[in-house]
Amino acid sequence: MSDDTDSDITKPAAEAAGFTIAQRQEREKRLRRRANMIATFSTIAVVLAIIVLVPLAPGWEKVQRSFFNGEVFLKTFPTLVKAFMLDIAIFAWSAPIIAVWALVVALARDARSPALFPLRLFATIYNDVFRGVPVILIVYLIGFGIPGLGLPRPWNSPYIWGSVALVLSYSAYVAEVYRTGIESIHESQRSAAKSLGLSHWDTMRYVILPQAIRRVIPANMNSLISLQKDVALLSFIGPVELLRQAGVFKSLYANFTPYLGASLLFLAVTIPATRLADRMIAKQNRERS
Amino acid sequence: MTLKLELKEVYKSFGALKVCRGISMTVDKGQMICLIGASGSGKSTLLRCINLLEEVDGGQILLDGQDITDPSLDPLPFRRRIGLVFQSFNLFPHMTVMENVMLAPRRVHKPPKAQLIAETTQLFERFGLADRMKYYPDQLSGGQQQRVAIIRALAMKPEIMLFDEVTSALDPELVGEVLDVLRQLKSEGMTMILATHEMGFAREAADKICFLDQGIIVEAGPPQQIFDAPKQDRTREFLSRVL
Ligand SMILES: Nc1ncnc2c1ncn2[C@@H]1O[C@H](COP(=O)(O)OP(=O)(O)OP(=O)(O)O)[C@@H](O)[C@H]1O
Ligand SMILES: [Mg+2]
Repeated sequence: MSDDTDSDITKPAAEAAGFTIAQRQEREKRLRRRANMIATFSTIAVVLAIIVLVPLAPGWEKVQRSFFNGEVFLKTFPTLVKAFMLDIAIFAWSAPIIAVWALVVALARDARSPALFPLRLFATIYNDVFRGVPVILIVYLIGFGIPGLGLPRPWNSPYIWGSVALVLSYSAYVAEVYRTGIESIHESQRSAAKSLGLSHWDTMRYVILPQAIRRVIPANMNSLISLQKDVALLSFIGPVELLRQAGVFKSLYANFTPYLGASLLFLAVTIPATRLADRMIAKQNRERS
Repeated sequence: MTLKLELKEVYKSFGALKVCRGISMTVDKGQMICLIGASGSGKSTLLRCINLLEEVDGGQILLDGQDITDPSLDPLPFRRRIGLVFQSFNLFPHMTVMENVMLAPRRVHKPPKAQLIAETTQLFERFGLADRMKYYPDQLSGGQQQRVAIIRALAMKPEIMLFDEVTSALDPELVGEVLDVLRQLKSEGMTMILATHEMGFAREAADKICFLDQGIIVEAGPPQQIFDAPKQDRTREFLSRVL
């Protein structure tokens, strides 16, 4: 084993090391196979236990009828899918606006010149307020409050003000993520750009931001995933999106199965997205080390 | 000889730490000046002050007779006339080296695209890197990266070039190629100030050596005088440690 740590390996030692490496690979393969086997067995055991034991619980039949009702599921699922399209649409128009607006807020918080102090103050207060209040409250306040002003159509639409609430709230978080990215770029990059005579803004635009934004893509992926879930909060102010539709069906059939269908739809989107984000983070960590 | 750059009693502190304590010197057009001195003596800080990356606390820096430290003047135009190359290259990692070189001229001088590309290509050819233009910085050796950093500064057509220990981060076998570039620039008449630990190079190529210690220039003069017959004890002591 000591051969592995030796840096300048002589020829016979190298052969010895080669032998050890081959041996070690063989050993690792065996260990991996064993680990996989153990994982498979324990998973099967747990699943079997659940399948066998849970139905033995006294309330199981009732639960099965109200949560895992196949008939209700089949009847409601197509409509749920359609309602989910509304969630996706709200997400699809909110996300790009958040990406841009958050960047504006982040840059405003970074404004250095004294003349721009009001901008920085605004951005700081903005961030404090919107990160300090629960998203659902923002949705209520803006979603009910502004249409309550008696605006003419379409400006009283809960779709618009619900989306605005999400954008305002999420931008505060994403702006912080951008700022971490900007601060993570080494000062020497700024020095180099300045020494070439680039202006403050050109330095930001061409040197700092391209690197910073790339670096925080994985973190922002995670924000997007929670945004996708939080779109459901708009159900409280009117839009018949997935959660509200499921609620309607629940009352109609006096059955909770539609909620199960709704969860499955969310998972269908969030699980792949989470895996993708994890993979991107792992890749970035590998690149940095 | 025409006077190109003059420092008059330059002071610079970081908080309570006095880094430049009244530095005066003159640089003639086409001269190569080498700043030598122990680590922490203020060489980098002085170069950063000349490039206006740091604001001086007192004194003047005159470029062609004009005080560039005047706070009422925009520093950008002056910075563009003075190139600075760093020990750690500081290339922009997200751009090819060609884009690295073209960025500042493109944003500042805004020449026609074809002309910019032609001039950039010419620069790369002049320093033997024409075949590497499309590479990203991390695909090049340290010596090549440093040569690109020099090209990048030259692309702004500066009147003076500042070099801050540009060979210190390089493997020994790569130092030579960068020193060759410096010799080439000198032979082409560039005015240069180098902070350096390469005493052999300083002796051979410099027109003037300035020995810095604790924020002041203790002794300045032609290389033979400084290296062979230093007048000050501190100079002698420093040289005995590094030679
Ligand atoms: N931005 C800064 N803030 C605070 N202190 C600084 C800053 N830059 C430099 N210093 C300090 O100023 C002193 C001089 O530093 P400087 O980098 O100019 O020395 P140097 O002669 O270039 O040394 P070296 O040979 O190690 O590069 C050091 O003590 C350093 O810690
Ligand atoms: Mg230094």
